[in-house]
Amino acid sequence: MSVDLATVKRVARLARIAVTEEDANRMVGELNGILGFVEQLGEVDVAGVEPMTSVTPMEMRKRTDNVTDGDKADDIVANAPSTDYNFFLVPKVVE
Amino acid sequence: MTELTSLTIAEAREKLKAKELTSVELTKAYLDAIEAANGVLNAYVAVTPEKALDMAKASDERRAAGKVGALEGIPLGIKDLFATRDVHTQACSHILDGFKPKYESTVSQNLWDDGAVMLGKLNMDEFAMGSSNETSHYGAVINPWKAEGSNQQLVPGGSSGGSAAAVAAHLCAGATATDTGGSIRQPAAFTGTVGIKPTYGRCSRWGIVAFASSLDQAGPIARDVRDAAIMLKSMASVDAKDTTSVDLPVPDYEAALGQSLKGMKIGIPREYRVDGMPDEIEKLWQQGIAWLKDAGAEIVDITLPHTKYALPAYYIVAPAEASSNLARYDGVRYGLRVDGTDIVDMYEKTRAAGFGTEVKRRIMIGTYVLSAGYYDAYYLQAQKVRTLIKRDFELVFDAGVDAILTPATPSSAFGVADEDLASDPVKMYLNDIFTVTVNMAGLPGIAVPAGLDHKGLPLGLQLIGKPFEEETLFRTAHVIEQAAGRFTPAKWW
Repeated sequence: MSVDLATVKRVARLARIAVTEEDANRMVGELNGILGFVEQLGEVDVAGVEPMTSVTPMEMRKRTDNVTDGDKADDIVANAPSTDYNFFLVPKVVE
Repeated sequence: MTELTSLTIAEAREKLKAKELTSVELTKAYLDAIEAANGVLNAYVAVTPEKALDMAKASDERRAAGKVGALEGIPLGIKDLFATRDVHTQACSHILDGFKPKYESTVSQNLWDDGAVMLGKLNMDEFAMGSSNETSHYGAVINPWKAEGSNQQLVPGGSSGGSAAAVAAHLCAGATATDTGGSIRQPAAFTGTVGIKPTYGRCSRWGIVAFASSLDQAGPIARDVRDAAIMLKSMASVDAKDTTSVDLPVPDYEAALGQSLKGMKIGIPREYRVDGMPDEIEKLWQQGIAWLKDAGAEIVDITLPHTKYALPAYYIVAPAEASSNLARYDGVRYGLRVDGTDIVDMYEKTRAAGFGTEVKRRIMIGTYVLSAGYYDAYYLQAQKVRTLIKRDFELVFDAGVDAILTPATPSSAFGVADEDLASDPVKMYLNDIFTVTVNMAGLPGIAVPAGLDHKGLPLGLQLIGKPFEEETLFRTAHVIEQAAGRFTPAKWW
């Protein structure tokens, strides 16, 4: 499978990355190069094989549902570009 | 290099114990060395001299009071991927401009708890994506090794290029690093240092900027096998904050050094003999086999049939996981923000300006292979191939093999800004051909320096082990190291 310019632009949208026309055109070639490389996976007979979900077989550890963290709003917003009263400020979210 | 910075961790540990040396003296020596060298090598992206000296002073005071941790007073460098409280943590990316976390990664906290001293943060490929340290927002790291008779600048490998270069150039006693597809082992091989990626789950990933969560693993890069063993003992731990970390006791890895290899079976996989592999690498591999045989191990030919599919499968799985992990960099809560007309415009402009080219490439591939209509053909297929790759190893280990010996890299260190590699991303990816299988299967792998090539550049061998049998790797790597000797670059910087 290969990508065209329209697909690259669509994927950029999904990934929320702005691409110039020039970038998008360049990416068509680069992404197709990578996709061409991974194409060989289609050769492998995977009949009856489960996809790997956990590389080290283990059951997820659980803990008691208690509050064990918090009360540090200042720390949480400390690195933010724009805040007000411990809220993160962003441009308006358009419907 | 001054005398003090030539000491390994084990040697410094003895001198500190014998009161021939203080941590403040040792730390000062490293800070001086960094000041003199970093403008040229660019291994550090943030040096923390005041913090280092404070920590060194506190360590000397602890020692005077009789409290001596496993790494007491030892000055270390920390890869920029590890969160270090109130200190530059950007994964060498523009998009995390100014980020100083209010928390410490579990792995680095383990090191401070054992008495170590932080010299600063080390350069790396942006978000750990790269094999040459050339994708860093802070520019390339220069390998302290140069080819005989040449002035050409070489890469230290990546993504942990800063870590490997700093260790090789004696700008720290040891360094932390991470490995997702080879990012500890390949730079270790390119710089004549020792690097181990432990079993997935051995070290906690909490506080490490995530690239591919099912592949990432922290590990040390150090000057020799003993130092790497000492560091891993402190780095490893189970962690309630990382449910993928495993609750198994951490052995005294150092004790494995010097143990006999008699009765051990070492597997030699035929599929690791790739087309176009330089003769020197094959020769080195044969030399490694001879050394292990001499030490009493039994050499067996093995087959890992799905080897060639590991790299393409990795370049689906890793970018897919990365596209998810890097979705959080949106200009809202930390790092760079580029203003936009509305929130989506802000996201798109911030991420376009903040991410480098390679990172964007991988996010795009990852987004594409996970998108509706393509998930089954790519991601699901890759995850099934991954099961087969792991199964190849399981069958070999079940048949009695204790460890597997392979080359670490398909070549020695290449030149900075190599045009051939720059023209085609896939060519750069091929650097990881011997290392990615190990991450895909979740196994431990160590790279140990084994010789020099015809240009006088270091080459490494890789050993792959059974899950949580890092002791076997240390024991075996030590034998190779004893036979091969130590490799230190001639100082030109």
